[in-house]
Amino acid sequence: MTKKLIVIGAGMASGRMLEHLIDAAPGAYEITLFNAEPRGNYNRLMLSPVLSGEKTYEEIVTHDAAWYEERGVTCRFGEKVVAIDTEKKVVTGENGALPYDKLVIATGSNPFIIPLPGHDLEGVIPYRDLEDTEAMMALGAGKRAVVIGGGLLGLEAAAGMAARGTEVDVVHIMGHLMERQLDEAAGYLLRKSLVDKGIRIHCKANSKQILSDGNGHVRALQLDDGTELPCDLLVMAVGIRPSTALGKEAGLEVNRGIVVDDHMVTSNPDVLALGECVEHAGAIFGLVAPLYDQAKVLAKTLLGEEARFVQKEVATKLKVTGCDLFSAGDFAEGEGREDIVFRDPARGVYKRLILEGNRLIGAVMYGDTADGAWFHGLIKDASDVEEMRETLIFGPAYQGGAAADPMAAVAALPRDAEICGCNGVCKGQIEDAINAGAGDLGAVRAKTKASASCGTCTGLVEQILGATLGDDFVIPAAQSICGCTDLSHEDVRQLIKSQELKSQEAVWQELGWTTRNGCHVCRPAVNFYLLADWPLDYVDDPQSRFVNERNHANIQKDGTYSVMPRMWGGMTTPQELMAIAQAAEKYGATVKVTGGQRIDLLGVKKEDLPAIWHDLNQAGMVSGHAYTKGLRTVKTCVGSEWCRFGTQDSTGLGIALERRLWGSWTPHKVKLGVSGCPRNCAEATCKDVGIVCVDSGFQIGVAGAAGMDVKETERLVDVRTEEEAIEWTVAFVQLYREHAKYLDRPYKWVAKVGLDWVKETLADAAERQALVERFDISQSVYQKDPWAERAKPEVARRFHPLADLTLEAAE
Amino acid sequence: MSWIDIGHIDDIPLRGARLVKTPVGCVAIFRTAEAEVFAASNACPHKAGPLSEGIVHGQKVTCPLHNWVFDLNTGEAQGADEGRIATFPVRLEGERILLDGVAVGKRSAA
Repeated sequence: MTKKLIVIGAGMASGRMLEHLIDAAPGAYEITLFNAEPRGNYNRLMLSPVLSGEKTYEEIVTHDAAWYEERGVTCRFGEKVVAIDTEKKVVTGENGALPYDKLVIATGSNPFIIPLPGHDLEGVIPYRDLEDTEAMMALGAGKRAVVIGGGLLGLEAAAGMAARGTEVDVVHIMGHLMERQLDEAAGYLLRKSLVDKGIRIHCKANSKQILSDGNGHVRALQLDDGTELPCDLLVMAVGIRPSTALGKEAGLEVNRGIVVDDHMVTSNPDVLALGECVEHAGAIFGLVAPLYDQAKVLAKTLLGEEARFVQKEVATKLKVTGCDLFSAGDFAEGEGREDIVFRDPARGVYKRLILEGNRLIGAVMYGDTADGAWFHGLIKDASDVEEMRETLIFGPAYQGGAAADPMAAVAALPRDAEICGCNGVCKGQIEDAINAGAGDLGAVRAKTKASASCGTCTGLVEQILGATLGDDFVIPAAQSICGCTDLSHEDVRQLIKSQELKSQEAVWQELGWTTRNGCHVCRPAVNFYLLADWPLDYVDDPQSRFVNERNHANIQKDGTYSVMPRMWGGMTTPQELMAIAQAAEKYGATVKVTGGQRIDLLGVKKEDLPAIWHDLNQAGMVSGHAYTKGLRTVKTCVGSEWCRFGTQDSTGLGIALERRLWGSWTPHKVKLGVSGCPRNCAEATCKDVGIVCVDSGFQIGVAGAAGMDVKETERLVDVRTEEEAIEWTVAFVQLYREHAKYLDRPYKWVAKVGLDWVKETLADAAERQALVERFDISQSVYQKDPWAERAKPEVARRFHPLADLTLEAAE
Repeated sequence: MSWIDIGHIDDIPLRGARLVKTPVGCVAIFRTAEAEVFAASNACPHKAGPLSEGIVHGQKVTCPLHNWVFDLNTGEAQGADEGRIATFPVRLEGERILLDGVAVGKRSAA
């Protein structure tokens, strides 16, 4: 007698399973198929193309009722199963009970809805089935939608709605999109293409509540920083949970999913399960490839054949037109790993392979995923790739091709990319000049003025000469920043400005870095360039700073730190001195008077830093930034206030300058001096900026040095008033911030660009004013006492060890 | 092995490190990516510089005192410098960081 088989759920997994079963043994079972949805099986993976309008629903149906009926399957669609009795082996549907010999549960999964206030409002939907898709399709142009979740499904939903003209905001809790499948670099490129499609992306964003329009319909999503994102529809795409209710009621073993063994059999030998509702060896499943493997195994088990389900590495692709990404295997965790990175800024391509020993274990690709299947194969088969390691990243087609082009980043620039900031010359003009016969740097300079002023873009102009003339032009070897790039500091600075690169990921990708995230040489430099050029857009990264700037104190050779409060213009008070004395005693510090007219407390333990800062803050003192590439001190003499020779209030001017400039980051440290008369007691003429007061006003000198080199300042300008002296000083510091190479003191930078160029630039009153304004914008972000911020308990915690495992060692 | 929970992944800044005091001395836990951690001796073999204060890049760390660079997989110094730091088994379980207690000198709990 034919055995009776009941299948609950007509989804992709059960559809594929029935295909295998019926193909292999057409009459083996009398099959009844229950489905709660009033339809057969469609390809859920293809809902996104339906949403974006690239496919219709009819095209994605794989098994309709007719398909099942032709194969003798009794369909009970639109009927929910209400109970399973595993003792009597009976399934009860809404329209009556039915006995079985074997039962297959394929109930799939339910979308997870975050229980935010307002989640039950009308217009809040998951992205799961055809009804959800239709709700999104119905929105159309002129409407707004918010998608919570920057994973695969959320982004497909967002792109689909955007393609139909809807304005879309994506809210994602993590630092970059699709963090489970992509690394930061690929996440950056993905974000860029989505932003190009008009989608707004909010990463690291926490949803707080969903706001109602007063009639029970969604009006907006509110984030925990108070931002409101208005919307007509809110889609939650934050994950799925296996649908296990039926299995649980039937008394089957259920953890996160219905537990199955390698044969897809549950804890009851006559009940099998597959798809998104199951848990196998601790894992649950959301992608289609493993479900199809399960279908094959389950069909064989039903036919009494031996087969085992084995979990394999799974590859991910995003179905959004124009966002070509691929991710497979493991690219995040573990030891003994090695990276191979390839970037082609011209084509927006990023590829990263992760090797462990001689095996490829992971691959992330963006922009060009043609070789994805090949890499996936190498991962799955654990092939030995030792032989092809050198050329592996170029894919299977590569045999003896050309090496990566060091000029690729410059060659990739568009014609309207500004190369020379001083004279406003674009790449196209330079190319035109070269094509018109300018065959060397001098000729290009004469013709276009590019690199003819401060000269920092010389390297870029030479690379354009090389790219345009090919072998006819030999590029003089410019010093690249480090092994991560062929570009020089000057090239990178200029390209960050002209290409509006506002994040580290943007620099790594668009300028073709060969490493994942730079090294200890380039990263601090790039971090400075980004924060100096884009103070409002870029967020300073402490992990790209040397220890002193990260810990806001100077590390000493024994691992302790020195602490130095600011003394404005070298002035202090008895109260401050008493607080310093008390702190020195309390934390066991050695006290040293410095050459910059301040007091240094040496030998403070890292754990004590937040506490000593707190104590000094209480007495009204802030960080002296004695550890930064930034403003250090303004050394003054007592000036006209006390001195019988003093011509001006040098102390007052020094304090005013220090109050204006403190907290700013600069390419290297900056020290100022203000002397009240030409006797120069404040030693102003060997400072980065040194002002000497005279009867008629102020002599401003710049580019002095008193370190490895000793050099007298050169006269920048003489001015009459204190206001002018401050304006010129601030403008000079900002010009230095915007143009100098990281770790060049002002005297080195001025030697490169020429004092004449500096004078000429600052002599223009409008330009001087603009520099001051840009400095003030930067100060609105960076003029904060770092000590006060870090003395707070929640931040101070980070100065202590993460854990102490020595405590119970004596037990 | 005896895995000891030493903290949450977000207790360590991305591309940063934190210290753990152990019976075999200070161990630095490095976070090289969103979900990637390494554990190694905190002391540079050159002049005992605190490696947990170094710049973390790729799967390497640069000593803050004299720029020695170590591969966190092997502990080997890179380039012309010769030396090695001890590495210790560490892994993530969800968002928790687990360090092998036996390797850092703790007697097994069992």
